[in-house]
Amino acid sequence: MVRNDPSEKGATGFLPSGGARVASMRWAGRYLPVIGMPLLLAVALLFTTWIHPSFGAFDIQSLALGALPLAFAAAAQTCVVISGGIDLSVGSLIAVANVLAASTMQHADFRQALLLAAGILIAGAISGAINGAIVVLSRIPDVVVTLTTGFIWGGVALLIMEKPGGGAPQQFLDLAAGTTLAPWLPNAVILLIAAVAVVWIPLKLGRAGLLVYAVGSDRVAAFRSGVGVETTRILAYTLSGLFSAMGGLALTMTTAIGAPLAGVYYTLSGLAALVIGGVSLTGGRGGISGPVLAAFVLTLIPTDLIFLNIDPNYGQVIQGTLIVLVVMLGGFVTVLRNRK
Amino acid sequence: MSARIPSTGRRPPSVLGKRSRDLLVFLRDHTIVALVLLLCIFVFGIELIRPGTVTPTWLSNSLQFAAPLGILAAGQTLVMLTGGIDLSVASVATGAAYLLTTNVSLGGFAAVLIALAFGVIVGALNGIGVALLQVQPLVMTLGTGLMSGGVMIVYSQKMLASQARVPGFIQALGSGKLWGVAPLDLFLWVPLAALLIFGLSRTGFGRLLYAIGDNRLACHLTGIRVWRILLVNYILCSVVAAVGGLVLVGSTNAADLGLADVYLLPSVAAVIIGGTSIFGGRGGYGGSIVGAVILTVLTSLLTLLDVPEPIKQILYGAIILVLAAAYARLTG
Repeated sequence: MVRNDPSEKGATGFLPSGGARVASMRWAGRYLPVIGMPLLLAVALLFTTWIHPSFGAFDIQSLALGALPLAFAAAAQTCVVISGGIDLSVGSLIAVANVLAASTMQHADFRQALLLAAGILIAGAISGAINGAIVVLSRIPDVVVTLTTGFIWGGVALLIMEKPGGGAPQQFLDLAAGTTLAPWLPNAVILLIAAVAVVWIPLKLGRAGLLVYAVGSDRVAAFRSGVGVETTRILAYTLSGLFSAMGGLALTMTTAIGAPLAGVYYTLSGLAALVIGGVSLTGGRGGISGPVLAAFVLTLIPTDLIFLNIDPNYGQVIQGTLIVLVVMLGGFVTVLRNRK
Repeated sequence: MSARIPSTGRRPPSVLGKRSRDLLVFLRDHTIVALVLLLCIFVFGIELIRPGTVTPTWLSNSLQFAAPLGILAAGQTLVMLTGGIDLSVASVATGAAYLLTTNVSLGGFAAVLIALAFGVIVGALNGIGVALLQVQPLVMTLGTGLMSGGVMIVYSQKMLASQARVPGFIQALGSGKLWGVAPLDLFLWVPLAALLIFGLSRTGFGRLLYAIGDNRLACHLTGIRVWRILLVNYILCSVVAAVGGLVLVGSTNAADLGLADVYLLPSVAAVIIGGTSIFGGRGGYGGSIVGAVILTVLTSLLTLLDVPEPIKQILYGAIILVLAAAYARLTG
């Protein structure tokens, strides 16, 4: 909670250069977040093909399918964390969207399913906005609010569907399954890139994105520069809700059913992807590609464990350990930098 | 997680008369009174819905059910006073309970020690991250919670479930009553509470917790070894959470890997409702106790309402939000 520490937020970048070591450190600090994740994913994929030589197009496809909901969860969390908040209700919103989709689409045709999907996306955005509005208006800390709304949305999911069931038309499922363009490019990846780009690129190019980063990096400074801090925070939560709804739809596509409790997993894993993807939890730093790519790495872990003949249940241990190690390393670097 | 925005001043409650304004000021300065009033309203509501429910037995049962939550909230209070949060308490409680039941063959005492050692390990990990490496408590404890939960899953695969058993004295602790009236877990909870309330207000360690929560940098500059205090504090929190898990498994008489999951939100909510600021430096355990009792009574109130489980969950969450929001408004 040491938030007012100036050295924590890139102030060192403006200091005069102090030799090659500092320069290289700064270079690493600037470009590692950009190239780090693709590099890590490439290494993870190479490692997987090394331990399991027959790892091919089909495995890539199932990896993409498995990672799809998690990638959206990570994207959802990213929007809020960049704005300086935290959203512990992502998993529950994913569950709500999932059961909503599976229960309404069961007997729908493809066109109706698409309409329903659009409706669910809107509902997700509204739910996110409600989260944001509660955070802003109630003055309760965001952790507590989203922990509680997560509980409430979990209840809503159970209300919609008591036990796993429902379904969706095959054509809708095919949006994510299979490969259309190239055998090495699963539809799930195209869908993911398209969906994230549609939201993120306009945001990043426009004024709203700048405001989100500004509010996340220093809320008081943003407030004093005339930024509408409250609306910006609500916007961030709205985007989080939208991405969560996408995650729920993706979960429906990949599992073909709705399960009221399946979403819960994605709150923590999404946060894990975010941390590993290099988004600063103090806000204002990081992009969306890191967490999304990290979702693939995290999904690869249980697969690799199976290939290595290790109990895949170690997956959660590894995930937790990764979070802990990454944040500890980040803290260690900060402590070292402050000491100088 | 959030920086404090400079306050633009409290809006004068001009619509209110002088007397009600005085009442608001009184409640703001004595929030515990407001909490106890609220508790009375809930109890009254229960009596209203189903007359004859509120009896001495009901009271004693409620306190018995409140004890695990109250104990979990104790650890949470310690951590929140320093401006942190511990989201691993539920995993630690579950893990401790599971370790206890699967190691009974080593003897009850040894099993309890193993369970508490689990708390020490997770707490030390949290403490090292938060105190030494200045990681945000939220993400650190989420990570260790995920990790310890995963360790328990792997561990459960290796153990034969048939060996699991809750030792008699833990069962008595969690569900027994002295002379049929006084719940035995109160004999653990009340001394713990007394120790905490005394420790927080009268010892150097307790004062330092408030000081760190108020301004960590200032503490550091005055020469306080902040990291030591925080490290000890996080270990304390996890050990207390482990104790809470033991009491809980004593009342359920069986440990599964989701045993204490439902207690994560209430453990935070009880502390918040009890008036401890999540930004640290303000509050105390007294409020958390009342908060835990309120949440327990709220649960039984919702049980009395004849509504489906999901609706109960939604109402429970909504009421927590309303209470926390009212509290935030009242105290500014």
